[in-house]
Amino acid sequence: MYLTDGRIDARALAERVTRPSDGACVVFEGVVRDHHEGRAVESIFYDAYRPMAEKEITKIMDEIHAQFPDVAADVVHRLGLLRVGETSIAIACSAPHRGEAFDACRAIIDRVKQTVPIWKKERGPGGEEWVGWQQ
Amino acid sequence: MNVRLLHFAVLRDIVGAGEERLEVPDGTRAVDVWNRLRQAHRQLAGYQRPPMTAINERYADPDELLHEGDELAFIPPVAGG
Repeated sequence: MYLTDGRIDARALAERVTRPSDGACVVFEGVVRDHHEGRAVESIFYDAYRPMAEKEITKIMDEIHAQFPDVAADVVHRLGLLRVGETSIAIACSAPHRGEAFDACRAIIDRVKQTVPIWKKERGPGGEEWVGWQQ
Repeated sequence: MNVRLLHFAVLRDIVGAGEERLEVPDGTRAVDVWNRLRQAHRQLAGYQRPPMTAINERYADPDELLHEGDELAFIPPVAGG
């Protein structure tokens, strides 16, 4: 299961993927920031098509495994209402050497943003808006 | 035939429901269901093509034919991460 409704523990995720033969562990955390395109943001509500999102992330992780066979990777995405400073996604990639761990981590976050059916509604003093939807 | 139509994110807000059960004639394509939605909700009228289409939890071509029991969802621009 790659989706969660609870707080993300990135440290625990990193510990789960790190093997004795690994010399590098790269952890990426996506965090809710207090602004977007000039507007103040107080919180973000994350929605998902859960079963399909799980499948799409599984597909990404299979591709990553094929592309970076020496990397052990895991990812967790949080859904629901998150406040500024909270972690929305954590990715951990460990490998014998740092290069492929960095590359795999970058590849995972880029692909998650492209294909996984997860959406965010930003809330601020000026109201709320689904990111990416042009009225 | 009967299909389930799921709504997420902005589409759920516009339609006002997370799920609908639709009775559609044989030969209905996903894009035909989208056109029904556009007629029912003026906020969608300007969208001639659906943003993205998923049938049974897989991305699909909007011109794909639907089958009895299919689960259809239109996928607004994704914004995970």
